[in-house]
Amino acid sequence: MKFLDEYRDPALAQAIVADIHRRVTRPWVLMEICGGQTHTLMRYGIDDLLPKEVELVHGPGCPVCVTPLELVDKAVAIASRPEVIFVSYGDMLRVPGSSQDLFQVKAAGGDVRIAYSPMEALDLARRYPDHEVVFFAVGFETTAPANAMTVWQAEREGLKNFSILVSHVLVPPAIRLLLNSRQNRVQGFIAPGHVCAVMGYGEYEELAESYKMPFVVSGFEPLDLLEGIRMLVTQLEEGRAEVENQYARSVTRQGNELARVRMDEVFEVADRKWRGIGEIAQSGYRLRDYYRDYDAELKFGVSMTHADEAPDCIAAMILQGLKKPVDCTAFGSRCTPDQPLGAPMVSSEGACAAYYRYRRHTRTEAA
Amino acid sequence: MGQLFTLACPVPLPATERVLLGHGSGGRLSADLLRDVFFKAFRSPILAQLEDQATLDVGGARLAFTTDSFVVKPLFFRGGNIGSLSVHGTVNDLAMGGAQPLYLSAGFIIEEGFEFTALRAITEAMGEAARCAGVDIVTGDTKVVEKGSGDGVFINTTGIGLVPPGLNLSAANARPGDHILLSGTLGDHGITILSEREGIGFDSLLESDSAALHTLVRDMLAVSMRIRCFRDPTRGGLASTLNEIAGRSGVGMTLSEVDIPVREEVRGACEMLGLDPLYVANEGKLVAIVPPEDSEAVLEAMLCHPLGANSARIGVVTEAHPGMVVIRTTFGTSRIVDMLAGDQLPRIC
Repeated sequence: MKFLDEYRDPALAQAIVADIHRRVTRPWVLMEICGGQTHTLMRYGIDDLLPKEVELVHGPGCPVCVTPLELVDKAVAIASRPEVIFVSYGDMLRVPGSSQDLFQVKAAGGDVRIAYSPMEALDLARRYPDHEVVFFAVGFETTAPANAMTVWQAEREGLKNFSILVSHVLVPPAIRLLLNSRQNRVQGFIAPGHVCAVMGYGEYEELAESYKMPFVVSGFEPLDLLEGIRMLVTQLEEGRAEVENQYARSVTRQGNELARVRMDEVFEVADRKWRGIGEIAQSGYRLRDYYRDYDAELKFGVSMTHADEAPDCIAAMILQGLKKPVDCTAFGSRCTPDQPLGAPMVSSEGACAAYYRYRRHTRTEAA
Repeated sequence: MGQLFTLACPVPLPATERVLLGHGSGGRLSADLLRDVFFKAFRSPILAQLEDQATLDVGGARLAFTTDSFVVKPLFFRGGNIGSLSVHGTVNDLAMGGAQPLYLSAGFIIEEGFEFTALRAITEAMGEAARCAGVDIVTGDTKVVEKGSGDGVFINTTGIGLVPPGLNLSAANARPGDHILLSGTLGDHGITILSEREGIGFDSLLESDSAALHTLVRDMLAVSMRIRCFRDPTRGGLASTLNEIAGRSGVGMTLSEVDIPVREEVRGACEMLGLDPLYVANEGKLVAIVPPEDSEAVLEAMLCHPLGANSARIGVVTEAHPGMVVIRTTFGTSRIVDMLAGDQLPRIC
């Protein structure tokens, strides 16, 4: 397949792997932030190809995983209302709230629909003026422009029956939190390519400078990631701490300025709670006051709930890269994708779910 | 630091109180439904064998008996419609038991207001598909439900066929060393259906692979009566089918990613939607577990059949990792091909 096969070529991969082996002289701990990258690493078994000195740990960049339980409960409460058509990306439907998930709301008669784009939700609002259409606006900086666009468009059209339930989080504050930790082991970051396609990588230059930490902006195909790892290892071995861009076919330093203008118009930065991590200051978006009529939380008056959490999950350690999923005693037994105990097992992009789905056999074979 | 991060995890969910869409997906939820509800109530040892069809000794003959209901949306798609699909599906369930399909029944649940032109097109396609497959539709039933109580038309077909003597086909028969043969490209049906649903927004020339597979099975059995089992990987796709066989036989399986045929259009659509072709439905493909000494001859027979032109040996049955299907990637590494709980869900990004 054109534009994909080039980035999955086994011979090229072998050449990059060999080069990484040549360059490495001592142990390095690298973190990929984005869940999509974790997914690729696991799917292609890239960590198995690397020299033992290069350890990959997996960051908190799975939007489904870090969406707080309380917000899933709010989604369930809103979607259960008879006048509501609740629209969401597919993978949020299976995320368990405190008592039920959106699939169960659907089975109980709620109108819950899967969309591939938030614009579909806007279209539903136009077609069903007697219903309230609510879009579950989940994601990092990547999905924020399209979600902002729906609100901007709804306001221009005077659509009163459309709102979004916002759960937007931002990558740089999470990285800063990790790097401020005394326990931090991460020595280099694979920066999230699609986030940078929107935001550019100026923010990462600040991080590289203040923490003396190398970053490589990488794509999502196996060769993108291998190349990103090679560039990171090279920086580390040479004692550099810069931001380099492996994903130049999609990412520029400035990012997508048009998209950011729309995001800034609709959203403002606010404190956000991350599932498995807790509250991080200035780490997400909320709708600006001007657009408060489109805020589903306000519109439906869903009050802040507190959900009790299971004590034996090590999500916090996993999301900091301090532990691997297989280090958890609940992994694969009490905690599976069907019955997740914690954030990283919830979506296929979470580190625990990716290990469960793709890597259980290596433990079986070793046993 | 430690204090900056809190241990925040949800408590596990109680078992669901209602039927979910995922219970019809062919994945783990479907298996739970069968085990916890139907097997308990029906208590039939033949049903508990979990084959695609029941094989019955009746008056000296071995009969294969099966039923299937069709609720596809849209009703008409490139490569067929719900009518042709309802014939092929049941013929294939009989064929997977090695049977020569003979007779079908047809049950219709029609929604009030459904157009006669559509109903005629569907029944004509059914008749045509049955004639091509050499089966008679000999009995039937029609119910009309109030508008809003159905979705156009639902069809149930039941079939009986004759199983030749000397055959012993079962998903519990796979043995280490056996070869896994697949009769063609994966995902053509599922992606065709998806591309014709509203809201997806891509066009393709892809067609459903909906077809009757009994002559392909016949040609394969003609060169080896030692074939362990046949399955048609419909809902849940190849991944679910192979996991089921691995589980039933208590063996592992190792697939080779490069050897699994997938059309470019299907790969492209799957990339776009975040789906894996291994889990996408097929309606005209079969997978066979074959002892290694017969594998080449069986594959040759498949390649000679018009419905098996893209057949390939895609993997082997192993002693290692029993109950688990593992795939060797193009990079020489390996990963698990798990059974999904429900349907595949498109990812956020």
